[in-house]
Amino acid sequence: MTQMVPNSTNEIMAKKDTSTGPWRDAWRSFSKNKVALVGAGIVLFFILLAIFGPFLAPQGINEQAIKDHRLLPPSSQFWFGTDDLGRDIFSRVIHGARISLGVGFFSVVGSVVVGSILGIVAGYYGKWIDTIISRIFDIMLAFPSILLAIAVVSVLGPSLRNALIAIAIINIPNFGRLIRSKVLSIKEEEYITSAKAIGMKDLRILFSHILPNSLAPVIVAGTLAIASAIIEAAALGFLGLGAQAPAPEWGKMLADARVVLRNAPWTMVFPGIAIMLTVLGFNLMGDGLRDALDPRMKN
Amino acid sequence: MTKPLLQVEGLKKYFPIRSGVLAKQSGYVKAVDNVSFHVNEGETLGIVGESGCGKSTTGRMLMRLLEPTEGKVTFDGKELTSISSTEMRKARREIQMVFQDPYASLNPRHTVEKILMEPLIVHNIGNAKSRKKKVHEFLEIVGLSSYHAKRYPHQFSGGQRQRIGIARALMTNPKLIIADEPVSALDVSIQAQVLNLMQDLQKELKLTYIFIAHDLGVVRHISDRVGVMYLGRMAELATSESLYEEPLHPYTKALLSAVPVPDPEHKREQIILEGDIPSPSNPPSGCTFHTRCPFKMEACTSIVPKLEEVKPGHFVACHLYNEQVQH
Repeated sequence: MTQMVPNSTNEIMAKKDTSTGPWRDAWRSFSKNKVALVGAGIVLFFILLAIFGPFLAPQGINEQAIKDHRLLPPSSQFWFGTDDLGRDIFSRVIHGARISLGVGFFSVVGSVVVGSILGIVAGYYGKWIDTIISRIFDIMLAFPSILLAIAVVSVLGPSLRNALIAIAIINIPNFGRLIRSKVLSIKEEEYITSAKAIGMKDLRILFSHILPNSLAPVIVAGTLAIASAIIEAAALGFLGLGAQAPAPEWGKMLADARVVLRNAPWTMVFPGIAIMLTVLGFNLMGDGLRDALDPRMKN
Repeated sequence: MTKPLLQVEGLKKYFPIRSGVLAKQSGYVKAVDNVSFHVNEGETLGIVGESGCGKSTTGRMLMRLLEPTEGKVTFDGKELTSISSTEMRKARREIQMVFQDPYASLNPRHTVEKILMEPLIVHNIGNAKSRKKKVHEFLEIVGLSSYHAKRYPHQFSGGQRQRIGIARALMTNPKLIIADEPVSALDVSIQAQVLNLMQDLQKELKLTYIFIAHDLGVVRHISDRVGVMYLGRMAELATSESLYEEPLHPYTKALLSAVPVPDPEHKREQIILEGDIPSPSNPPSGCTFHTRCPFKMEACTSIVPKLEEVKPGHFVACHLYNEQVQH
């Protein structure tokens, strides 16, 4: 019963505002979700860090002072301590935000774009095109994603850019299948038939009617995929297949810290916390978006 | 005598049934089987029948939203069944459709203004300013207000949404409107409003309607002529008065006897049909109605009855009225 009260006030507010679009409704329900807001806050924090990091970092990322600063524990001068080469870990973690978020964001954008196009074509035109595209997706999904990423990187050569491409490629079938299934259900809707009855061309139907209506689950899946892409980038970096030294990539920092872990745990703890927090933030935000955008969650 | 605006000859739609691993074709569902009729300019042709009798399929084939398997549709002197899909798309400016479910037929992410403007954009009519003016004008015509233009479909009631659907169909000044069960999803109190609106619009804009429904009362109210379909075929086609006063086909008789009469003194002689509608994938031979017909004759099981004019303007497909078969 206590839950009924805020619900009814929501409805009153919704009626007062005459120009409520679906997106505005979604924002209203998202902004009520405290956990999701915390997630969004974390994400925003790391985005700001990624943008302004280079101005905030107290030290340069590659400034070494091997003689006097090697493996120093956290102190007022080096907040997160220093690594085996005497570099300030705090500064490197801040700089790493740009790399990790960049890889996460751009790889997901890449797989969303390619996956959407393939998914739309497969879903809308069907028949043999659908069969070919869907089977390719099945084959790609049959491999463990990190294995596939390693294969792609070993073909292209280890570098951050190639790791990004590899992560984008392995995520394509996820988005492709998502969009395909959404298109399949939406193209049977009566408003698509009515669009055809008006005399609309296929392309216009696809981009003006089908795509906007299938976008919501993609936004949710995309947000969650950024989190896993960050982990995958870190994993590739850890394996030496992603970012190359001396780039301050979080996964690479974990790998470098492995050797000195026993004597200087801070070299591993802080990049690890950074990865965990970013992934947590994206996951919380993604869950909130799902609640806000998924019509099945609404009553 | 007004000239026919739409002429339909031998329209068929067979859906293939595929089964097995190799998707081998194992038969057909004869959704629409050899249907012919015409619609005169300015009149309303009602098409009634049970669900699954092919009435909606017929409506969709007229606009080629479904490609007919066979048959000819001639609209305003132009043969629609032989033109290219690009030309057909342009021809849809003249034929528009009102859909059954007003909740499903409007894109939930578009404002009413965008929904109504789309037909104009697609057919390249007017400019941004004149389109907007026309949207507001038509909103008023269908009984809404111009301030509704900025709202989304979910902010309207079912009846209001159907008015939007009707307005959308009118935007391009079509000659023919195919209304596929336009009031079945609405409350009875709203049904009358929407029907009256459609009748007013018909007078005002000189529209021709094909009105598909399963509610005989609704069809009687709005139609000049009525066609009764059974299992993909036209069973009877006549003017409203003639059909409702004196139904000829046994199926029509049974249908009409099931319409409730608002009179407690009225004694109903209801004709109860036995059995269900046979499967359209395996329709009975001869007259498809013979499995349920109380007047079945020998000829009915073997010979398909033709739709013939037994009285002026009254067509029926039944051997009872065909002397040659009877004797």
